[in-house]
Amino acid sequence: MAKRVLLIEDEPNIIEAVRFILSRDGWSVDTHADGATALSAVARRVPDVIVLDAMLPGRSGFEILRDLRGDSKTADIPVLMLTARGQQKDRDMAARNGANRFMTKPFSNAEMLACVQELYAATQSPGA
Amino acid sequence: MVNSTVTGSRIRARRLDLKMKQGALAEAMEISASYLNLIEHNRRRIGGKLLSRAARALATDVVTLTQGAEAALIEGLRDALAQIPDGAPNIAQAEDFAARFPDWAGLTIAQARRIAGLQRTVENLSDRMTHDPFLSEALHDVLSTVTAIRSTSAILAEDGEIDREWQTRFHRNLFEDSQRLAESAQSLVGYLDAGEQADATIAAPQEELEAWLAAHHYHLAALEHGQVRDMDIEAVLPNGAAGSARTLMLAYAAQYRADALTIPLSDLADALGEITDPQHLAQRFQTDLVTVFRRLATMPDGWAGRAVGLVVCDGSGTLTFRKPLDGFALPRFGAACPLWPMYQALSRPHTPIRQVVEQVGQLTPRFTCYAVAHKAYPGGFDSVPVVTAAMLILPHDSEASGYPVGTSCRICPRRACAARREPAIVAEHSA
Repeated sequence: MAKRVLLIEDEPNIIEAVRFILSRDGWSVDTHADGATALSAVARRVPDVIVLDAMLPGRSGFEILRDLRGDSKTADIPVLMLTARGQQKDRDMAARNGANRFMTKPFSNAEMLACVQELYAATQSPGA
Repeated sequence: MVNSTVTGSRIRARRLDLKMKQGALAEAMEISASYLNLIEHNRRRIGGKLLSRAARALATDVVTLTQGAEAALIEGLRDALAQIPDGAPNIAQAEDFAARFPDWAGLTIAQARRIAGLQRTVENLSDRMTHDPFLSEALHDVLSTVTAIRSTSAILAEDGEIDREWQTRFHRNLFEDSQRLAESAQSLVGYLDAGEQADATIAAPQEELEAWLAAHHYHLAALEHGQVRDMDIEAVLPNGAAGSARTLMLAYAAQYRADALTIPLSDLADALGEITDPQHLAQRFQTDLVTVFRRLATMPDGWAGRAVGLVVCDGSGTLTFRKPLDGFALPRFGAACPLWPMYQALSRPHTPIRQVVEQVGQLTPRFTCYAVAHKAYPGGFDSVPVVTAAMLILPHDSEASGYPVGTSCRICPRRACAARREPAIVAEHSA
């Protein structure tokens, strides 16, 4: 079965570029643009990795992350948090709410791909 | 200081300046020439009587020989050293450095001061970025666009084989994004130009007031207890407050004193044990809602342990007071979002309005707002009405969606807003 990533991001052109990069690497890429309904999108798709933007319309990525971690069905899905503000405050908030990785926009494609691959690999290795 | 290791060097330098022979100085100091030689090469310490004799013989004073012009330099080097916690050179070498290379030591100190000054500027700017919602929205927009451009262009530039259809699509995206980036960058420049002027004039005294209150967490304990005299009010003001800022602070403190008499802190804490509606609190203390709002916003531990935001405006809608609350963005200057419950209250004086709102694009977007406007005639009959509206802002926990509001039109992404007064400087959502 293909590795599945869910990209929760509201910038259409970022979605398009990231979808292209990850699809070419063999990922099945689902996208979701609304913060308010992001949790149900995760529940519906059960992805292997989530890429989550911090600033979303409807609901903040940090709140979504907190709820993902609070639910036993989604608590273990690795999350890569994206933010356009590299401030320490955001970093701390991401770490506190349980983000596995944190990446500041603008990111390089290679960096994004490597990060998603690593997050996936960690879930596959025994004892992870 | 008498033990300074370079006093000997100074004695030697001074002697050579005077073209005096070592033997002559030794004789004047009543010591042997070889002992003086050891002193001059800093291999024997010199102090007390001997030092006084040397100073007299060299027609100078003890302080110049022991500390010299270097004292200030050494102090400066010490400051410079304090800026660099790790990997700093040994402070013991500072004296030697200052004595042997005074000009270079001076340069090091000047540079350290310049660095400290620049550091403060950077801190101020980054503070401004964090607290200025206009700026932070506009930069967010620029960064998002740059992210899309970077990713897309990298795909086109680095990857050989790309489907023709994808290629066309990416080219189009690049074109759109670069246009959007150009527009955002232009409006950002326009905003910063306008901001400079606003900073220099209207915003400054009020910001000084807010900085002062923020430093006290908006609670002025000295004005809470019993009979506060006018001179006590003066004493509360920060040192150096002057001009318009001082006038604003005095007015604020006088109001604070009056409010504290109407609603004493301990009585308020008791009342909050049984009352949760601000209107009922107003009835209990036989006062108006705006006073209740102000008191709730100055409680040291917040309302029921939760931080409370407060904004007040005059009849023109201009914000005259802002106590920020994390997550609810207030415009740094200029007018706020016309959809705020406070502005609804402004058009319906004396009608209390409670509304759950959510701010577009904020991280914790839902808040309960209590708003009311008062109309007073301080000039008596036949005088002009003076209207004041206030809005208390509290975090709201429930998941239910709130009434969507913004911060200010210039940074609001809601395109389809009937109350919009000017276009946004950020890209708009269709939402």
